[in-house]
Amino acid sequence: MSSEANGDGPDRAGAAGKSASLTVDGLVAGYGEVVALDGVTVTADAAGITAVLGANGAGKTTLLRAVSGMIRPRRGRIMLADHDVAGRSPEQIVRAGIAHVPEGQGVIPELTVEENLRIGTMSWRHQRGRADRAAALEEAYTRFKPLADRRRKLASTLSGGERQMLVIARALLARPRVLLLDEPSLGLAPRVMAQVMDLVVRLSREHGLTIVLVEQNARGALAIADHGVVLNLGRVVASADASTLAADVALRHHYLGF
Amino acid sequence: MVEFLQFTLSGIVFGMVYAAIALSLVLIWRGTRLLNFAQGGMAMLTTYVAIEVIYKTHSYWAGFVVALVAGLVLGAICELTVVRPTTGKPELNAVIVTIGLLILIEGLAGILFGGQYRSFPAAFSITGIKVGGTPIGVSPFDVFVAAAVLVTTLALAVVFRYTSAGLRMRAAAFNPTIARLSGIRVARVLTVGWALAGLLGALAGVLVSPSTFLYPNSMDTIFVFGFTAAVIGGLDSPVGAVVGGLLLGVALSYAGGYLGSNVTVLFALGILVAVLMVRPDGLFAGARMRRV
Repeated sequence: MSSEANGDGPDRAGAAGKSASLTVDGLVAGYGEVVALDGVTVTADAAGITAVLGANGAGKTTLLRAVSGMIRPRRGRIMLADHDVAGRSPEQIVRAGIAHVPEGQGVIPELTVEENLRIGTMSWRHQRGRADRAAALEEAYTRFKPLADRRRKLASTLSGGERQMLVIARALLARPRVLLLDEPSLGLAPRVMAQVMDLVVRLSREHGLTIVLVEQNARGALAIADHGVVLNLGRVVASADASTLAADVALRHHYLGF
Repeated sequence: MVEFLQFTLSGIVFGMVYAAIALSLVLIWRGTRLLNFAQGGMAMLTTYVAIEVIYKTHSYWAGFVVALVAGLVLGAICELTVVRPTTGKPELNAVIVTIGLLILIEGLAGILFGGQYRSFPAAFSITGIKVGGTPIGVSPFDVFVAAAVLVTTLALAVVFRYTSAGLRMRAAAFNPTIARLSGIRVARVLTVGWALAGLLGALAGVLVSPSTFLYPNSMDTIFVFGFTAAVIGGLDSPVGAVVGGLLLGVALSYAGGYLGSNVTVLFALGILVAVLMVRPDGLFAGARMRRV
């Protein structure tokens, strides 16, 4: 975001506004006895879109959950630029500059649109004033016009596309350098899905955000991504330029279903 | 007719106390999906603190304020030391821990303060107010009781509705995952929730004890009434808790007045069972099922 250039980012003076790469190195993570990620290494280039693909149960969502701190990795490093954030709590990781938009139902329907957005500023340092927060909200409303008209309405009254807009707007308010998106197009009508994908492209191209995009819709994701990674049973089976992956017929049939 | 008015008004006063306990239970339930069985015991302990301060300083208000602060602190301590370690364990663990906490607190109160009934002073006259020579069933102290709970409840409502801290608490209660991913320190929010619940309990204890005497089990019945009120309101709804408290207060007042005071507890339990059978989500639950 252009406004980040003047040091708006929380807790990271000096590096504020610069794009940052995310490198996951030898990550092992799971639930109880189950190992869902078995030594995964992925690099998401700064200001690029990296698509993470694979069948259900491949470990895509677990990868995002481990990066954002929702589950604690057993081994491996998670490098945001040159800082290892592995093992930190979600509250700390969002402050470090990684925002995670989890799959489905990311809005809090009992709260209003504006309250949902205000939650996005909760990671800011406390000394930042009310005026800054209000300005950031107005900026979000300018970018996401449909939300501005419904700011006093409960989030439960929004359509699927508007909800996705709201969760992305909320994640952006945390002023992240890396955005993790889990199935942002799930359950959306094709036209709305295209709008969301356009938004993802703009965030990376115009605002220098590093994006990790988990998608079932492999064809759509590869169409906008710079780089693609295919997971299978917790391991990386392919990692290449998005166009190379999309052209690999055998890989597509085997792992991506198109 | 005069009798009916008296029963109604005194029912509202007791109902406000039940509402305070109900609200404290709702605060904790919304944050952690945990029913705090120790709530009455915690209230009793802070009321003992109040009575000791009142005896030492001869100032009711010193005791009143110290009790509220003690409630805040005790709530936070209980959350940090007793409930926090059960995070991530089976839900029943936390429930059993709060029951253990209740037994511990009541035992501790017996050791520290003795088991005898002690009378607790009231801030204002407890002689019934008369209108045109007819007593209306409430005293100046009763008016204070109702007003104190009302003011505290409204203050909490304003905090929850209009402040960032309140939004953090609501977000953490509705969706802790989203809250944490957005940078809200949910664990800290839960501690604050317990502290506020402790404060409400302390308020209820100080307000009700002039009518009930103070002894280590003195809040047990009040807890059952507060719990019933919370269930009537749906456990999830602060507004429901207050309305539930008032409904129960008035209902018990009629039962006690017309049927005799020895049936009130039985009557409350009857209401509890009836609500759980007919509307287990409470009178204020929407179409949405309660999330478990």
